[in-house]
Amino acid sequence: MNLAAKDIRHNFGRFALTTVGIGLLLMIVMGMGGIYRGLIAEATLLVERIGADLWVVQGNTRGPFAEISRVPANLEHRARAVPGVAQARRFISHTVQREHGGFPLRIVVQGLSWPEDRGDWIPLTAGRPLRQAHYEMIADRSLRLPLGSKVKLGKDVYEVVGITSGMVGSGGDGLGFFTVVDAEAIQFDLTGEARRLERQARRARVESQDLGRLQPLLVDRAAGSETEIPALGPPQVSAVMLSLQPGVDPETVVRVISTWPDVTIYTKQQQIDLLLSGMVDRAKRQLGLFRVLLIIISTIIMALIIYTLTMDKIHDIAMLKLIGARNRVIMGLILQQALLIGALGYGLAYWLGTFAFPRFPRLVVVESQDLLMLGGIVLAISILASLAGIVKAMRVEPNKVLS
Amino acid sequence: MSVPPNAILALEAEGLTKIYGSGNTEVVAMKDVSLTVSKRQVIALLGPSGAGKSTLLTAIGLINPPTSGRITIGGQPVMDGPRSLVDLRAFRRKHLGFVFQKANLIPFLTAVENVAVALEINGETPAKARKRAMELLDYLGVADRSRNLPEALSGGQQQRIAVARALANHPSLILADEPTAALDSFRGRQVMELFRRVAHERDSAVIVVTHDHRSLDVFDQTYEMEDGLLRHHKSDLLHS
Repeated sequence: MNLAAKDIRHNFGRFALTTVGIGLLLMIVMGMGGIYRGLIAEATLLVERIGADLWVVQGNTRGPFAEISRVPANLEHRARAVPGVAQARRFISHTVQREHGGFPLRIVVQGLSWPEDRGDWIPLTAGRPLRQAHYEMIADRSLRLPLGSKVKLGKDVYEVVGITSGMVGSGGDGLGFFTVVDAEAIQFDLTGEARRLERQARRARVESQDLGRLQPLLVDRAAGSETEIPALGPPQVSAVMLSLQPGVDPETVVRVISTWPDVTIYTKQQQIDLLLSGMVDRAKRQLGLFRVLLIIISTIIMALIIYTLTMDKIHDIAMLKLIGARNRVIMGLILQQALLIGALGYGLAYWLGTFAFPRFPRLVVVESQDLLMLGGIVLAISILASLAGIVKAMRVEPNKVLS
Repeated sequence: MSVPPNAILALEAEGLTKIYGSGNTEVVAMKDVSLTVSKRQVIALLGPSGAGKSTLLTAIGLINPPTSGRITIGGQPVMDGPRSLVDLRAFRRKHLGFVFQKANLIPFLTAVENVAVALEINGETPAKARKRAMELLDYLGVADRSRNLPEALSGGQQQRIAVARALANHPSLILADEPTAALDSFRGRQVMELFRRVAHERDSAVIVVTHDHRSLDVFDQTYEMEDGLLRHHKSDLLHS
């Protein structure tokens, strides 16, 4: 006779409520692990999918994912000349927030090095890659921009020609792919007044110097459009990505570019490691700590519930002892209930998670190894939680029946 | 105390003394009590509250060891002072049956399960345990309530099921502590007569602690306890 099952049948309401409570707690524990995994997946997604073998970034910096990196756009041509390099692309990435349809719209603006890169590598769920140098974009589904919709960014309007899925930045904002030139236009867009003020400031700087006073034409030139002033130079990009020819050892290219004093070069893996050890590391530790706290809380709650359930049965346990029940019968009664609460709670957590996690605003990735580990933890906390109840039950004397 | 000649002894208790506390707080609950009960005998134990009846019963029931004295059950020495000579829980399982003022049925088990659990604890298979539990319920006239939980049973029915549980493992000694206190006089008498029937038909000895003087005719012998001392009740003395 399974006493645990009989007791559960008799107190089904309380058992069910307890299981639901534990299940919800475990779902949060499961979700925390999933959020952490999702954070890593989102952070490394772009580096993983963009298809670059090497990253050339500003000298003595850790690259655009760790800090500000600025390299001249023409570095692309220099890098392309290195033996073994198949393709060099400019990398521009910045986040903008605009109003769209009355709601805030945050886009990670991602520049594609047109015409070499038209976004053919981006997995599309609808539409097509870029087909013209300007005013087209590929949007991640999380941006909720339908195919064919038009978005005004800066002074220009961009049409959504392709929809992709699961392409988000490390902050969880959806990516929008534009040509590099459009991405720069969005990044360096200034209002007319701002441009006028900048020109005035330039004019004032030149006028305050001897050169300006001696050559008045320079003053007029300084007050003109910046594209007509060679000294200002072209806008800079965040990094240059290199794809290598098949069979080329990355180390040989790294060795060459490492000798250039103005840049630093990283492999794809180094870039991923920098990402994870930098911005994701603290989030990882924070989530990990929160997870540990939740597990401790779950154990305490479970222990309290099991202890209370045992205390409710203490008279019955004394009676069982009186009629000669062995300790293992009594331990089984308590332990089986704890294990059943743990197992059902775990199953419920998983089932609820399959509905809840996809609706979270950020990616939640529940991997089988995490599920297995949590299963082990649930087993351990179920046993731990039942210990207090078992100790109490073992100590009760059969003559308690008389009281 | 006397037993019929050539009777098979179910219990021999010699010089049982139980002292609670020590020094100024010392209380002698039972003083040099000796009692012999043979199989098929039904013994009543009378006395006011605090006289030591329950102390004697729990000592004989191996759940409250005496401070001194010896207990032999079914010919096997089991207690020598506070020292147990056998595995007490296993011994209780095989040789003793208990019935209390409250039926103490396990609330999450049905009537038949409450009886069967005692058999399964003693190593019986679930199918055999259930079959024998049903036989016992039938014997005690409550087979029709076998599927009911205790909460759905009357006090008398609960007590009958408690008796069935006590009988489950063919105990040589059944100990009952005020088993009719919660019942009306009619049902109380029924339970007392049940003990007598059980003792005679099942070859057990029964010791009943009771305050109910109306059923004393049911018992083979009646003892009285006062201030921890055991003696024959006056009705027995009159008979003898």
